[in-house]
Amino acid sequence: MTAPRRELIVSIVLHTVLVLGAIVALMPMAWMLSASVMPTGEATAYPPRFFPSRVTLEHYEQLFTRLDLGRYLLNSAFLAFTVTATSLVINSMAGYAFAKLRFRGRDRTFRLLSLGLVLPVQVAMLPLFLLMKQLGLVNTYWGVIIPGMASIFGIFLIRQYALSIPDDMLDAARIDGASELTIYWKVVVPGILPILATLAIWTFLATWNDFMWPLIVLSDAAHYTLPVALANLSGEHVQDTELMMAGSVLTVLPVLAVFLFLQRYYIQGIMAGSVKG
Amino acid sequence: MTAPAIPTRTPAAQLPPGTGRAAWLFLAPALSLIFIFFFLPVLASLLLSLTDFDIYAIADPSATRFVGLRNYGRLLQTPEFWQALRNTLYFALAGGPLTIALSLGAALLLNAKLTRFKTVFRTIYFIPFVTTLVAVSIVWRYLYHTRYGLLNYGLGYLGVEPIDWLGDPRWAMPAIILLAVWKNFGYNMLIFIAGLQSIPSELYDAAEIDGAGPVRRFFNVTLPLLGPTMLFVGVVTMIGYFQLFAEPYVMTMGGPLRATTSVVLLMYEEGFRWWRMGYAAAIAFVLFLVILIATLIQFRLQRERA
Repeated sequence: MTAPRRELIVSIVLHTVLVLGAIVALMPMAWMLSASVMPTGEATAYPPRFFPSRVTLEHYEQLFTRLDLGRYLLNSAFLAFTVTATSLVINSMAGYAFAKLRFRGRDRTFRLLSLGLVLPVQVAMLPLFLLMKQLGLVNTYWGVIIPGMASIFGIFLIRQYALSIPDDMLDAARIDGASELTIYWKVVVPGILPILATLAIWTFLATWNDFMWPLIVLSDAAHYTLPVALANLSGEHVQDTELMMAGSVLTVLPVLAVFLFLQRYYIQGIMAGSVKG
Repeated sequence: MTAPAIPTRTPAAQLPPGTGRAAWLFLAPALSLIFIFFFLPVLASLLLSLTDFDIYAIADPSATRFVGLRNYGRLLQTPEFWQALRNTLYFALAGGPLTIALSLGAALLLNAKLTRFKTVFRTIYFIPFVTTLVAVSIVWRYLYHTRYGLLNYGLGYLGVEPIDWLGDPRWAMPAIILLAVWKNFGYNMLIFIAGLQSIPSELYDAAEIDGAGPVRRFFNVTLPLLGPTMLFVGVVTMIGYFQLFAEPYVMTMGGPLRATTSVVLLMYEEGFRWWRMGYAAAIAFVLFLVILIATLIQFRLQRERA
């Protein structure tokens, strides 16, 4: 067999496998979308069908009118935006300090912090709940926001990237008499924008998708996030397949949109963060 | 997410005036939040596990008594706990390697010279990872339906009899593993692609000149050089998988016959449904020990390979 011919066969096999993989990766999402616009009962017909006989938006309508999902959508959006904004500031300040400022105890503090990476968050949850209760923050948005405002992972990500800021640049600003806060804001933040974008997307997705802690700390339906509300609904409306699929679409669509529009920053940041380690 | 680089030590004489104080001001918000809302609760969890803190204690904390290691003793005698631990190990030890193998396979395909549309495939494979776990668990619950689910329908074409995925104790955990593999392989795939791209191509050229075929090149060049990446992926995947919670909560509520009750689900039930918080804290701490041991084993294995 000649080399180009062999290459062609290998290429066909390779791309067939890749396309099959893509179908498997997307199929559940595609069916979710399709079933969400099926008339009631059609998603549980036999034999199962993939495409709706006619497209209807009645389930979406029902979600917003009868089941108040608009409220949960707003809750989720508010929490995700707030946690993302505050954590960006707090983590980037700390990450920058660990990377570029010289102070006594830096290495020891950083090592201590890195221990936290192997601690599963669930170990903290029981006392955290009692603490939140003491502070009167159970069943408030703060109960979700405050524990999300700083993250060890975020500090690591920023520090790793900030190490590449040239010291000369910072020292030049100092000689010009700039305050440390000005340096952070005018020199450091513009220098680490790409990794800030990565961390912003990461935090937004993680907060939006988070389930266990919001489930624990938000017991009053008015404060539910979408995943908590959805899990609750799925218990009551287990038979309403099309309705549940509409709710799932509504939950997934915002994060999918964020990812698809900003994936350049997200994917590159994750890959860069892992290689340097 | 990265292994900490070795920090360089700077003599104190080089410190510009004022940076020490500025540094601590920059660190103060993050460190105090992490200390108060993470490290402190972790330590408190250890104390809590030595008490009989329960629903009465929530109303009146002074009713709490110190009970020593009694919670741990009771835990080790409870069949439900051992089953939850077995289920979690099953999930992590079967699901973890499966996820990693698939991630590596996908990364190799996407990194191949002949592959076109690399970024398109990369994006598609990554999509499941960014989706909301609760939502896709609900979707998969319907896909797994014995009669109306697409999965059994598809398998029917291959001559497979309908499987009661979520209703049969033997199949429920494999079903959850399948969902987890689908959801998570894209993330590890990205890390592997980054690792593969950092291998210098001269090494492959040299191996090829020495007459090594693709299989030998994979085992003699690719795999050894992926060592650190493999360790990172292994540890992150395993820590994540030991925390299994949302999938069984949404899909099976831990059933059938507790076949999918994970350690975290058990902790949640004991702590936040029955408010036996002292007992639940002991469960949480055992989970931490298991994760710690599993992490140390992976580091040890990696060192032996290197």
